[in-house]
Amino acid sequence: MDKTVNQKAWFLVLPVFLIVAFSAVLPLMTVVNYSFQDTFGNNQFFWNGVGWFKELLDPSTDLGSRFFASLWRNLFFSAVILAIEVPLGIVVALSMPREGWRVAACLVILALPLLIPWNVVGTIWQIFGRPDIGLLGYVLNNIGIDYNYVSNEFDAWATVIVMDVWHWTSLVALLCYAGLKSIPDAYYQAAQIDGASRWAVFTAIQLPKMNRVLLIAVLLRFMDSFMIYTEPFVVTGGGPGNSTTFVSIELVKIALGQFDLGKAAALSLVYNLIIIIVCWVFYTVMTNAGADRKPNQGAA
Amino acid sequence: MARIDLVDLAHSYAGNDADPESFALKPISMTWRQGGAYALLGPSGCGKTTLLNLISGIVTPSRGKILFDGVDVTSFSTRKRNISQVFQFPVIYDTMTVGQNLAFPLKNRGVAGPEIAARVAEIAELLDLTPYLDRKATRLTADAKQKISLGRGLVRSDVAAVLFDEPLTVIDPELKWELRSKLKALHRALDLTMIYVTHDQTEALTFADTVVVMHDGRVVQSGTPEELFDKPAHTFVGYFIGSPGMNIVPAEVRGREARIGGHVIALSRGYDKLPAGAAIEVGVRPEFVSVAPPAPGLLAANIERIDDLGRVRFARVRVGDAKLAARVPPGFSIPDSSAGLVFDAARVHVYADSRLVEGVL
Amino acid sequence: MSVALDHVTRMVDGVATIRDVSLTLERGALSVLLGPTLSGKTSIMRLLAGLDKPAEGRVLVDGKDVTGFDVRKRSVAMVYQQFINYPSLTVYENIASPLRVQGKLRAEIETRVRDAAKLLKLEPYLDRTPLQLSGGQQQRTAIARALVKGADLVLLDEPLANLDYKLREELRTELPRIFEASGAIFVYATTEPSEALLLGGRTVCMWEGEALQAGETPKVYRHPDTMRVAQVFSDPPLNVVGIEKTGNAVRYEAGMEAAASGLYAALPDGAYRVGFRAHQLELANGHVGRHVFPAEVTVTEITGSESFVHIKRAQADWVAVLEGVHEFLPGETIEVALDPGDVFVFDTGGRLVAAPGAA
Repeated sequence: MDKTVNQKAWFLVLPVFLIVAFSAVLPLMTVVNYSFQDTFGNNQFFWNGVGWFKELLDPSTDLGSRFFASLWRNLFFSAVILAIEVPLGIVVALSMPREGWRVAACLVILALPLLIPWNVVGTIWQIFGRPDIGLLGYVLNNIGIDYNYVSNEFDAWATVIVMDVWHWTSLVALLCYAGLKSIPDAYYQAAQIDGASRWAVFTAIQLPKMNRVLLIAVLLRFMDSFMIYTEPFVVTGGGPGNSTTFVSIELVKIALGQFDLGKAAALSLVYNLIIIIVCWVFYTVMTNAGADRKPNQGAA
Repeated sequence: MARIDLVDLAHSYAGNDADPESFALKPISMTWRQGGAYALLGPSGCGKTTLLNLISGIVTPSRGKILFDGVDVTSFSTRKRNISQVFQFPVIYDTMTVGQNLAFPLKNRGVAGPEIAARVAEIAELLDLTPYLDRKATRLTADAKQKISLGRGLVRSDVAAVLFDEPLTVIDPELKWELRSKLKALHRALDLTMIYVTHDQTEALTFADTVVVMHDGRVVQSGTPEELFDKPAHTFVGYFIGSPGMNIVPAEVRGREARIGGHVIALSRGYDKLPAGAAIEVGVRPEFVSVAPPAPGLLAANIERIDDLGRVRFARVRVGDAKLAARVPPGFSIPDSSAGLVFDAARVHVYADSRLVEGVL
Repeated sequence: MSVALDHVTRMVDGVATIRDVSLTLERGALSVLLGPTLSGKTSIMRLLAGLDKPAEGRVLVDGKDVTGFDVRKRSVAMVYQQFINYPSLTVYENIASPLRVQGKLRAEIETRVRDAAKLLKLEPYLDRTPLQLSGGQQQRTAIARALVKGADLVLLDEPLANLDYKLREELRTELPRIFEASGAIFVYATTEPSEALLLGGRTVCMWEGEALQAGETPKVYRHPDTMRVAQVFSDPPLNVVGIEKTGNAVRYEAGMEAAASGLYAALPDGAYRVGFRAHQLELANGHVGRHVFPAEVTVTEITGSESFVHIKRAQADWVAVLEGVHEFLPGETIEVALDPGDVFVFDTGGRLVAAPGAA
């Protein structure tokens, strides 16, 4: 729709531009600058050109190996949580009531995990999993399972994954529920008339109609999980050792732990670039999927 | 194909104990013969969709029974009743091709592969869908999608009845004609019991052998299109069928005469015994009243406007407080708006409290 | 006051939805935009309202160019196919809303709302909310809200399409009265030729973004400039057959010779296409001068007052509408007659060359 152009709008947006410039663009430029320097933040800069980038992308160097290891951890993590959250979210959405007061109750309960600040989520699970005072840790150890997320790598991963599933499955469920609600009753009636089994109803009607919504859910969860920082950091701190050190945690270790700002800046830029590419790919897929679904040619 | 019997069937969405007057469908008993084409016609809220849903099994009635070929199906689920339904908007399975859509009901019932293929080919041919069998169903136009919806119902050879819930709502006007005649041709070819719900009288009258006119949860009249047109049993039927609808004016009727606005018009039947205290009205369709130059023997009327419909013209006239529509003969013109009305006595009916009174010849 | 479109073209995604359309609308006249879906009726209304800007051409009000003006600066009101009312406000408040936006005083709002309600027979419902009303009443509320604004231009986009058949009829008979009482310029879009005929006024036939013909409704109906106009303005669909005239005889396609009588007489020799509406076909009844065709019945639709007989003649599908009840069975062969004095003759390019009555 061609709205008639109003020049005054630009003046209203100007303050926002200035603020964004100040708080985002300038710092970004600083980081870009640092990535080409060797510095420890004490105002002494030694030009390094693309040295950090070369080191970063070379798995045989210390920096490179740490980067790639954490990158694989991220990808593994995203894959696992998607494989759990998406089917689980669909099942939850399918089991939710469609009408009546129960709907409101379910929606509120589902929304609760999404409303908790992320570091609080991390803290909840950190305490929850402690073998001495945490309910989960205590119970598990008492029934014979040796559970300790601080010292055991598998336990640490399991805890981080379960925490993310607990935190975010509701989002997938709510999105799927919205998608399901938009299916007119007539489809279910027609399926009944056609003698379709419950599974056939799911595959032939519900899943296709939830397509777009599922795509959004998958994209959101992938992007968010790829950028994850707060929750695992609070629970495991990246440990034991570096077994749950994701790229973001690695970055913080280098920047704030070692004060190796040049390396950190280079790493953060590469990380940023990966995320932007991922976002762009998903955006293209989404808008193309939308165009693909353009209904029939001719009268409608 | 099945004969459908409705035995004292009634339904209220507010439960069985609700006030009888508030029932969405008031008690009705009817028999619909096997292979008949029926239309349920009436304005929104008249109960036609409720009745259709009761027959298809989507809604369980508050009261009464439904029998298919003598078998009580009232407690049967939709699946067990073996009916098929076409909805207001096309319902198709997005992920499947046209052929797969048509095969779906047969697959679910475990029919053998070659038999499915043969049946699908047969139905596709009847519906002119053969060129599209391998196309993804979502890519077709709305009327083609409705045909697929219909085809899924027809592909089962043992279907008891095919129900239509205002199926032409989303179809373009030019294509409505095609689809309508196709439905009629199909009915003839397949000898199925078809029940068609609509608020459009043209759709109902052109499709059905028997039209059931409903109003406020009741069946007002059930008959062939000619019967409904020629002899409406209720003023509502007279008003609802025909465009423009029947003229209904209060009158005094005595013997073979009716008095409207001080003027007497002749009737073709005698009415001596009219219910006392009833509101007496006279009904005549605009097709059987024509305007003529004013004359002393004719009912005087004022022409308010003339509608030119291309093939016929109707005049909207005023007689005292009453408004009527009348036909304008071709080539008719008058200097001012006063005219006389000529009535075809054989087509004038008398109604007492909105119900038709049978006169004596 | 007058509103005009001057050689307007509108492009959407590289496709012209409106192509070089010029129209003039005068006060006191109802203009009907008639055409199938996607022919450009809604696009034209949006251009008139100022919701969209044309890629080329101008929109003029009283001769002044208002093409760049935003819709809020124009005096326009619109009624849509879906009854659009504020669901949480009462009917009274709904109708009053444009006046409140204009900042009118309470007393004036009261009078104008009550007048509009009276005109549209909504007085008993002023305290109800739209969801408590029937479809027809909701649409009346929307119309009242459009009228009360006192806008100079009122646009109605298929306002009756979502209503029950009988309600549509009722509202349609009242619309002319409402239009006259209001005095604004009304533009009414519809896909149904019968609505155009019933509303009268002027009709603009639209097809694929072009305005094919504009004029007084009965005139456009009886003298379509092109075959396309005749097809848009026919319901049931127009019947068409080709003829070849040589000397004193015409030859209908798929074989049949007849005398070149009626409108054919004055035609120069050559090939033409003859169009006739369903009611211009009769059953062969021995009347002199008719051209008789044998045809096979495919299906008969009976409405009680008339019968629509669908026939097939030499690969062509025709429809005849006959008065009364005619029970022809599918496959039966009947004879239909055409009066050569009562047809539309078009040249091979689709332009009208002969029509009944003086041109």
